[in-house]
This record gives sequence, structure tokens and C-alpha cells, in this order.
Amino acid sequence: MTERTRIPLHRDPRVRAILVQVLAAVVVGYGFYSLFQTTVDNLVARGIQTGTNFFDEVAPFQIGFTPFFDYKLGESKYIDVFFVGIQNTILVAVLGIIAATLLGFFIGVIRLSPNWLVSRGALVYIEIFRNVPLLLQIMFWNFAIFLPTLPAPKNSIAMGAFYLNARGFHTPLPVIENTTDFAIWIALLTFLVIGLVMFARRAKALFEETGRRLPVPWISAAALIIGGYIFYLVSGSPLSFDEPVLGRFNFKGGGQLPLPLFSLWFALTLYTSAFIAENVRAGIQSVSHGQTEAALALGLSRKDTVNLVTIPQALRVIIPPTISQYLNLTKNSSLAVAVGYEELVAVWAGITLNQTGQALVIIGMTVAVYECLSLLTSFVLNWYNKRIQLTER
Amino acid sequence: MSEVKIFVPAPDRSPPSNTLGPVAWLRENLFGSISSSIATLLFFYLCFSYLPPFVDWAFIKANWTGTDRSVCEANAAGACWTFINVRLEQILFGLYFASKPEELWRPTLIFVLFFALLLPLLFERTPGKKWLSIALLGVFPVVFYFVVYGGSFGIPQSNTTQWGGFLLTFALAFVGILLALPIGILLALGRRSEMPVIRSICVIYIEFWRGTPLITILFMASVMLPLFFPAGVEFDKVVRAMIGITMFQSAYTAEAVRGGLAAIPKGQAEAAMALGLGYWRRTVLITLPQALKISIPSIVNTFIALFKDTSLVSIIGLLDLLNMAQTAARSVEWKGYDIEGYLFAGFIYWAFCYGMSRYSQNLEHKLDTNRRN
Amino acid sequence: MTTDIHMASAELGDTIIKIDELNKWYGQFHVLKDINLDVKRGERIVICGPSGSGKSTLIRCINRLETHQEGSIVVDGIELTEDTKHINEIRREVGMVFQHFNLFPHLTVLENCTLAPIWVRKAPKREAEETAMRYLERVKIPEQANKYPGQLSGGQQQRVAIARSLCMNPRVMLFDEPTSALDPEMIAEVLDVMVGLAEDGMTMLCVTHEMGFARKVANRVIFMDGGQIVEQNEPEEFFNNPQNDRTELFLSQILQH
Repeated sequence: MTERTRIPLHRDPRVRAILVQVLAAVVVGYGFYSLFQTTVDNLVARGIQTGTNFFDEVAPFQIGFTPFFDYKLGESKYIDVFFVGIQNTILVAVLGIIAATLLGFFIGVIRLSPNWLVSRGALVYIEIFRNVPLLLQIMFWNFAIFLPTLPAPKNSIAMGAFYLNARGFHTPLPVIENTTDFAIWIALLTFLVIGLVMFARRAKALFEETGRRLPVPWISAAALIIGGYIFYLVSGSPLSFDEPVLGRFNFKGGGQLPLPLFSLWFALTLYTSAFIAENVRAGIQSVSHGQTEAALALGLSRKDTVNLVTIPQALRVIIPPTISQYLNLTKNSSLAVAVGYEELVAVWAGITLNQTGQALVIIGMTVAVYECLSLLTSFVLNWYNKRIQLTER
Repeated sequence: MSEVKIFVPAPDRSPPSNTLGPVAWLRENLFGSISSSIATLLFFYLCFSYLPPFVDWAFIKANWTGTDRSVCEANAAGACWTFINVRLEQILFGLYFASKPEELWRPTLIFVLFFALLLPLLFERTPGKKWLSIALLGVFPVVFYFVVYGGSFGIPQSNTTQWGGFLLTFALAFVGILLALPIGILLALGRRSEMPVIRSICVIYIEFWRGTPLITILFMASVMLPLFFPAGVEFDKVVRAMIGITMFQSAYTAEAVRGGLAAIPKGQAEAAMALGLGYWRRTVLITLPQALKISIPSIVNTFIALFKDTSLVSIIGLLDLLNMAQTAARSVEWKGYDIEGYLFAGFIYWAFCYGMSRYSQNLEHKLDTNRRN
Repeated sequence: MTTDIHMASAELGDTIIKIDELNKWYGQFHVLKDINLDVKRGERIVICGPSGSGKSTLIRCINRLETHQEGSIVVDGIELTEDTKHINEIRREVGMVFQHFNLFPHLTVLENCTLAPIWVRKAPKREAEETAMRYLERVKIPEQANKYPGQLSGGQQQRVAIARSLCMNPRVMLFDEPTSALDPEMIAEVLDVMVGLAEDGMTMLCVTHEMGFARKVANRVIFMDGGQIVEQNEPEEFFNNPQNDRTELFLSQILQH
């Protein structure tokens, strides 16, 4: 038996790994420490007092668009500006995500149309909108198209009770007239929905027992629309609509999407939909032709083949990159600063920073908001991927 | 045994005429079904109602020559390319070079040199690719510094704050990709490391920069960077933007390279280990060359994104291609020709991004077929 | 299992597939030339030939995975035309097994088998599941019913694919090189299932190079080359006494090992 020789420390991979890691930690730690020190020194030298005291100071500027927040010049504080910014970011992100998803899926599907012209048209759309900087597109629509070409308020383009002019897009807003009636209507609607759910379950059981298929989606949609309207009348028409009315300078009342928001939303939708369309195309093409053939060979109809075989498989490929696109859209909404829509980066990292000079705290908070969104997104993605792996291995 | 028959292949016949030719093509691709026919007609209708007016405005009735806006005002039905023509040097090279005609050879030389080095690299069979790449990534930046920045060899120094137009866009993007590549490779290797501390540092770095919008990073670079360095160390705005862009881009490059590393079969590294190669040799000689080759398409894709994103520096006040075009269109002489300015700048961005994306798609396709065979 | 399953042609039923002067082109390429083929109920046909000879294309025409340009195909009295109703009817009656299995990876084995009966035959779910389990037992993998295709070996996947087709109670089964993508030891388990099917009197058209299977099971072997049927005969005659030089060459090439 040979004696166990001791490995020299510098050749022992475990020791080396520990050494390397300690070294890395020390270097990074020292880097942060010296960064912190110089920053503190610089702040002292410039006489800047970093802190959160300015949160409670009254913000000396007006914010034009605060749909969900009671912001008042001379009363609201800086910290309110932060929350207004977050709300406006979320608002444009949600509007953009909805529109970009619808448009993106549509373009992606017609990209694979057997009609050569339609498919080429979709290709041209995708290649134009995803290869031009988003910022340029936002500015183009806002400054070159909408601002100069949209009419002044008194000549607004009217679409029913909706009005579009150079100030923005004006919509009627529902107002609750009578709370009791409204509650009755909501209660009736709830019963209707419960009934429909029970009906859908019953239909599924019927289908599994006898193979008879009922057109559940059509029946439900019809019941919701017709029933909803009848209940609305029965409960005494509890809503009224606050319609925008032309005032001296612009429309008053109703809901208003200011032009910067409208331009931003428009450009974000076109840009992101081009990327989503590519995801959709790739997803559908990833389902091998053999799958379709096998389904057709079993006698499934075209429609059933698409619904039962192609779409479920394609969605698995489409959804993850599309969720990433939603995050990108949200981050990209920060370009609003170029057209003056009052979202987080514009009002907080822009105006408030200029007013207070509190760079560290303000940029830190802004970054933190986006990091939270990003973490949330990767959390959702991981959850989704795990769920898929469970069923697919 | 019966007599053996001789097999005589029957001659090929042409398919029935109704399955070939342009008419069959039309029937199959444009009028395959009722809905398809409707779509075709709708498409034609839209094309005929929107395309001719646009072509009319942009080309047929457009103004190309002249030196001031009177030409365009006289013919308002057409686009005013006169504006672009007059301001071209500004939009391409920025205020400094546009104001000094005797210095225009500097940016011109740089672009000629760049394309002379880049174009041969795009073809598969070019000999001496290795040297070309070294020249492009190693020598070209040095030439760029001495020629464009100047300050030695009797070339007057140009102030980076006066750089502008496409030249600035190009400089920002090129510096971004050049510096981000090595940092990104190291980060990607670190993220795949078995050492938890190294791995966490890389993951935090990558995810931090990827989670933040570039515009916030640019704000950070322009207002916070001065605080991070001892008094006396100062960068101008362009360099600050370059630092921010490099940090941001390295995180995306790292993810692209990581994808390539993940696609290399384990057997490669194992075989290298069996030959007695250590980690770095194994990585530099075996895994990394293969991984980089696979990840070129995704690296090009991150580069496309970066190229578009450089336009964000116009928000922090730099006069890049977008901002230069916009500023020119808002000048007293050319007020009101925004559309032309945006379209021209947009076309330049589009041409580069589309070219790069086609290149990356081709490469991806080629890699794909290579792997299958 | 020594019962001779060869039946005299007199015992075969009426014609179930009738192919008349079939011609097909891919663009300019003439893949099928004047194919005439009658298949009787209960008949078991093995189609062989070099790659590119059109044999897969021929059987893919029978359930219209491929469209033909000239000639006619009549399956069980229904002629194959553009009429989707006819196509659907025929696909309901004709099962197909692919070279690469083409199982649906997002569904379990059982769901793979019940999908078509539920959605096409409108069978109650319970009943469909019972049928599926019966066929899974028959292909000897009932214990895998709740796994996903990705979790099975190639041979098991192919047997699931066979069970999936059988769940539709087809009158004809088409096999498109069912064993070509399999390892040798898995080929046997798939062939065993196919032999069992033949013993039960299933009408089968198999594109395969398994000549042992052909000798044991087929009533008729068809040799194709260049898009034509070069020769067809009973297995004994076909293998021992080929009538055509091309056939002889082909047989000598595949049988010499």
C-alpha cells in the first residue's frame, strides 16, 4: 500500500476554487466599497445631502395626465409624483400589451397564409417595423404625422362619441347613476355567469358521455350580450355616459388619452407586434408537418387539427418569448420622455431629478421598479417552463 | 423457370398543363379559396389606394435639387429631399466635420476603410479572414482614434462633444460591441462556472443590466457617473454614454454567448479533459471557438438591437443620427420638413438593421443545415 | 404461431381499394406513372423498392396525404376527390403508421389514442378510453398509458402509434416504413404486433424492407421502381423466381447480407 500523498495546496482544485472565489468576492467587495467612498466624498464636496427627506416636500410642477390619482399642484408631494409615474407606466404598458398581442398574432398568422400576397405583405410589415429604432418611430408618429395632420379640437375627427384631435383621443366614460340599481345589475350578471359556467360543465359532461358537441362559446357569448343588456334594462339602466363635450380650447369630460400617450401607444404597438408576429410564425412553424398529417390521417377536420394539435403545441413555443416582449414593451415605454408622456422615467428620473438633484435615490428607485418587473417576468417564465416540462419531459 | 423479362423504364411525361405555369401559380397562391381571393382583392385595393400617392410624393413629384426651401415651397406636392441634400454632411458626419470641408476626408476615410474590411468578411470563401478580423477589431479602432479624434500627426483634434450624425451612431455602436464582446464572453463563462460565488456575481451583473431600460442607464451614466469617480477624473458626455452602453451591451452579449456554450455537447469538454487540457486551454481551444461560431447569429441580433438603441442618446442631448436629422428639420431654414428628416434617418437605420438581420438569418440557416448533415 | 396465414386468393373478400391509371407529379418530376392496383379485403401487401421509387408516395395517396393529378383511387366504394367529406370518410376507415411515429408529444399515450375516437367518431370518453386500453394491451404496453411519448423507447412509441390507429377500427392499415427508424431489437417487437394484426385478417399495405415479414405475412409483394409497379407476385414466387431483371438486382442487393 502506498502512503497517501498530500496534494500540494495550489494543485488541489477545491482549494483553488475556494481561493479564486474569495479573491473574486474581495475584489468585487473592494470595488463597491471604494465606489461608495468616492461617492460619499463627492457628495460632501458638492454639499449634496442624500436622503429621502425630499419625498415630503411639495412638488412645484403640474402633471397633466393623472387618471387614477388625485394630483394637485401645490399640495401633492414629490413621492406622489413617483406613484403617478408608476401608474402611467403601467397604463401605457397594459394598453400596449393588449394591442400588440392582438395585432402581432394576426400578422403572425397571416404571415403563413397560403395567399402569396398576404404572406409577403405581413413579411414587409414585420421587416419595416422591427428594423427601425422605436424612438424614431415614436417621434415620427407624434411630431411628423399626428401633431401636424390631426385637426384642432373644434374640427375633431368624430367616431360616434369618440373624438380624435391634435390634443389626443377622447372617449365617453361610464358613470354610475344609481348605486343600488348598479349593484342589482352586477348581481344579475354574476348569476348569469354562474349559470353559464354550470351550462359549460354540463355540456362537457354531455360531450364526454355521448360525443355530442354543443356550440358553448357561441351560446355563452350570445347569452352574455343579450342577457347582459336585458338585465341592464331590468335593473333600471344604472349607468350613464359622460361624453366629451367641446369646450373653448379642448374637450371636457369623458376619458382622455393625451396625444403623447396616443402616439407612444401607437408606436409601441406597431414595433412590438412585429416581434410578436415573428414569435407566432416561428411557433406555428415549429410544429412539424408530421403532426398535422397524423391528425388529418386520423380523420380530424382541418379546424379540429388546428385547435387540438397545432395550437396547443405552437403556444408552448410562442408564449415564453412573447412574455419577454411584454417586459421589453414595458421598459420601452420609458421612451415616452421624448414626446412628454408623464410616465415614471419622464416625471421621476427626469423632472424630479432636475428639480431636486437627488440622483442616487431617484435613479435607484427607478431602477428598482424596473428590476422588480423584470424579476416578476422571469418568475412567470420559470413557472411556465416548469409547468410545460412536467407534461412534456 | 420462366423467361426473365427485361425491365424498361417508361419515359417521363409532362404533367397536365393545368398544374404548371403562371396561371396555375396564380390560382394556387392568390385565388386558392374564396377567402384567399377576397384577401387578394383587398390587398390590391389597399395597394392601389395608398402606394401611388406615396410614390408620387416621395419620388415622382419630389424636389431633389436646389439650395434652400424656396424650391420646396414652390412645389409642395412632393417630398423635399433638397433639405436632406443640403444637410447631408451634417446628418452623416456631425457639426464639426460639416463645418470644416477640409476635414471631411477623415470620416470619409474611416467609413471606406470600415466597409473595405467588413464586406470581405461576410463571404464564406474569403482567404485570410483571421487577419481581416484582427485588422477590423484591433487596428481599425486605433486608426479611428487617430483619424477622427486626431490631435497628433498634425491632424487637428476634434472634440467628441461635436461628433454627431451617423458618425456618432457608428462610433457608439462599434465601441459598444467591441468592448462588450470580451466582457460578455467572460460573463458567460462565469455564469456557467461551478463556483457559486463567481456564478452569482455574473448572474447579478447580467440580470441587473438586462432588467433596466437603456434610457435609465444613460441617465445614470450622465448624472451619476461623475459621482463615482474621484474629483479630477472627468469624462465628456460621449464617453459617459459609451460606458453605459458597454455595460448594458455586455450583459446581452453574455446571454448570446451562453446560448452557444450550452449547445456544445459535453463530450467535447470531456475529450479535451482526457487529453489533459486545463480549464482555460479547454475553453480557449475547444469549447469557445465552437460556441462562438454557433452564437454569431444571436450576437448579431444583439448588435442590431444595440444599433437601434444608440438612438436613445438623443434623449440625453447627443446629436446622433436621429437627433441630427431632427435638429436639422427644426432649424429656421428647414422648419416643417420633419417627415423627410425622419424618413431619411429611418431608412439608414433600416438598411443597416435589415442587412444585418438577413446576414444573421442566412448564417443561422447555414449552421442549421451543417449540424443536421 | 405456425398456423399458415397465407390464404388462397379465393378466400379473399371483394375489392376494397381500386387504383386506376394513377399519375402524380412533384412540379416537373413524375413520381407515379400509370399505377394500377386492386386490393382485396383481407389482403396483405408488401411494397418494396429502392428509395425514391414512389412507394411511400403511393400509399400516402391512398389517404390523400398526397394529391394525385390523374387517374382514380376508390376506397371502399368512395372515390378520392377534392371533396373533404369523402377524404374525411376515407381517413376514418384507413389507419396509417409513420416512419417517425408522429405521436403528439403534448398528450399522454392514452390521450393520443382517444383523441380521434372522441373528436372524430364522437365516442363517449369512457368508452374511448376502454377501447384504447384494449389496444394498448394488445400492443403490450398498457402500463405506459399515462406517460408522455417522449418517455418511451422508439419501439414502444411505434406500438403506441399502431394502437392509436387501431382505436379508429380501420378497415385498412397503411404502414410507411414503420421499422426504418428503429434499432434492430425494437424492430422485432413492432413486427410481432403487425404479424398479430395480419392473423386477425386486417387488410394491410406495408412499405417495408423487412423481407422476412413479407415472406411470413404477405399475400402479395409489389416491387416498384421509377414510379412504376415493376412486378407483383405471391411471396414464394417473388423471392424465388423474379420475373424481371430489375427485381432480381434489387433482391440480390438486399438479400445478400
